[in-house]
Amino acid sequence: MATPGSGGAGLMPYTQDLGGTRHSFADLRGVLAAASPHRSGDVLAGVAATSAEQRVAARLVLADLPLTTFLADLVVPYEADEVTRLIIDSHDTQAFAAIAHLTVGGLRDWLLAADGDAISALAPGLTPEMVAGVSKIMRNQDLIAVARKIRVITRFRGTIGLPGRLSVRLQPNHPTDDPAGIAAAILDGLLLGSGDAVIGINPAGDNVSAAHILLQLLDELRQAYAIPTQSCVLTHVTNTLQLIERGAPVDLCFQSIGGTEGTNRGFGIDLALLAEAQAATLALGRGTLGQDVMYFETGQGSALSAGAHHGVDQQTLEARAYAVARAFRPLLVNSVVGFIGPEYLYDGKQILRAALEDHCCGKLLGLPMGLDICYTNHAEADQNDMDGILTLAGVAGVNFIMGVPGADDIMLNYQSTSFHDALYLRDVLGLRPAPEFEAWLLESGITDAAGRLSSSPARLALPALLDG
Amino acid sequence: MADLPARLAALTQARIGLPRAGQTLNTAASLAFDLAHAQARDAVHAVFDTSALQAAFDLIEVHSAAPDRATYLQRPDLGRQLPAKEAARLVPTGADTAIVVGDGLSATAVARHGVPLIRALLPRIGGVLAPVVAAHQARVALGDAIGAALGVDIVVMLIGERPGLSAPDSLGAYITWQPRPGRQDSERNCVSNIRPPHGLDHETAATRIAWLVQQARALRLTGVALKDESSVTARISQAATPA
Repeated sequence: MATPGSGGAGLMPYTQDLGGTRHSFADLRGVLAAASPHRSGDVLAGVAATSAEQRVAARLVLADLPLTTFLADLVVPYEADEVTRLIIDSHDTQAFAAIAHLTVGGLRDWLLAADGDAISALAPGLTPEMVAGVSKIMRNQDLIAVARKIRVITRFRGTIGLPGRLSVRLQPNHPTDDPAGIAAAILDGLLLGSGDAVIGINPAGDNVSAAHILLQLLDELRQAYAIPTQSCVLTHVTNTLQLIERGAPVDLCFQSIGGTEGTNRGFGIDLALLAEAQAATLALGRGTLGQDVMYFETGQGSALSAGAHHGVDQQTLEARAYAVARAFRPLLVNSVVGFIGPEYLYDGKQILRAALEDHCCGKLLGLPMGLDICYTNHAEADQNDMDGILTLAGVAGVNFIMGVPGADDIMLNYQSTSFHDALYLRDVLGLRPAPEFEAWLLESGITDAAGRLSSSPARLALPALLDG
Repeated sequence: MADLPARLAALTQARIGLPRAGQTLNTAASLAFDLAHAQARDAVHAVFDTSALQAAFDLIEVHSAAPDRATYLQRPDLGRQLPAKEAARLVPTGADTAIVVGDGLSATAVARHGVPLIRALLPRIGGVLAPVVAAHQARVALGDAIGAALGVDIVVMLIGERPGLSAPDSLGAYITWQPRPGRQDSERNCVSNIRPPHGLDHETAATRIAWLVQQARALRLTGVALKDESSVTARISQAATPA
């Protein structure tokens, strides 16, 4: 029998006896870390299970824990961390009431049986730690089956996340931010049906004037072709605030976020700054169908990398980043799942697991989850691993993926998914672009009525920048 | 069948205008990607062959605390540590400057650029040089422990950078004043993308490294407070951090 701390305050160890061996865990944080599927980042942090049996023992403990434990035994102290305070202070006890009597194991069973609307209604009553906990006792197929039932629909100039749809962020990065090189990559992506989630550039530099030029380029292209999509230069939120002041055409406000106050400090942000940036972006009123203006990126391992992990496993911390995201009604959230390197996610198997966890946990918390399905050259992974993750993410109902020319990002030096990968996924799973963008592709002659690329290649009139 | 006007593909190194078969890449484009990835993977896993360095210079070899490549990739902390028995082979000789060659994430880069870059550096760098050190399974910060053991004021760590798909052989140079374990990345200066003919050539790189070394001696520091006015990107950026 699992024995949760009898006082409920988490001071007593959590124990599990297995064949004469007693597995003990000092606190909920320790249970969650030991229960996590093996990954290099937790080993590096010194929080991973020390044996395969201990890992399952932790899962057995976890399965029998009442969900109310998660409101008492906090993995990062309330006093020390504004993300914890956000999680606790915004917890919706009314929504939670439906499952307040359940254990973590009971929640897993409930999620597998419930329909999507019931799960969505539950979201404000779930904390990230509950969601991370339940994910640790779910197999990959459970993560897919549960996530698939949940639709999170967001709007700016298009509608993202509808059933049967798959959107793509067009990512036309260039190592020197050369406008012509970027415009050529955008054109390539549009002609291959990408760009309905966002056309988003990671700038090579940190220069506000250069970002301003890129925003103008994006806006001119969008207007010239009358594309029902949104654009973004993924620069620091303080830069975006400056760009808004300068009158730059800012559609979406981007920021990388993490699951602890210290991680976010490492990113140069706090919750107040995000609120200020959201308000400034909303004030521009540029959305036509909706006003979801925030774009967040996350990824397991960022807290350890920033020295701010508090002894918590990287997947639980990732789920806590989603608590930050959901406070700001984002249009897009994506986990950049394999970018950080093999010291956090070693191989294709670990990247796959993290992708499915991040997608499912984000959806459970009510977020419009996308995935940057990716790897670096020092990870034990290749394009075949990405094909598997891509296909499973599509089955799981991912809102959007990345579209990088030839899957090779020549600025960030990593491999993601390509425009062609998105075409493959839409084709094999019968998925279509966002409805507004789909109509535009048809009108422009890029796709035919069946949604496939036209047999006679479409020609968009070249913008002046490229019309030499 | 390609969809993009061909001359647009010349505007960027990005893989645009790729030929299709149906909705996906044709055979040639698919295999071209595989080749680039294979070269990057081989660079990551290449064994650091020090024979050319041995033939060219007075050389001492050391190993980090990472025993093999798989451990090295998962435990960057071990790649920064120098075991005591390794440090024992490094003794102060009165030198004030040390050049360390580390495999980092691309022994291919070191094999291509190590010897010619050091040859270009020697007449420019000044100071009293310690023997060249070849460091296996090395991260950038291993140079701090090596420099401390040698008792030098400056360590120049030449190390293989994380291979990109189209750049498997890029070398980086990290210059650290008064190296000792615990130095932060913000306390170093960097010359990256040493990779002729696509990146910096050896002579230009050596000139920039030597300029930084001389400035470090004059200012008695390296890092963000030493602005590189030799027009090279000096500060270490997160994205370019190799090891």
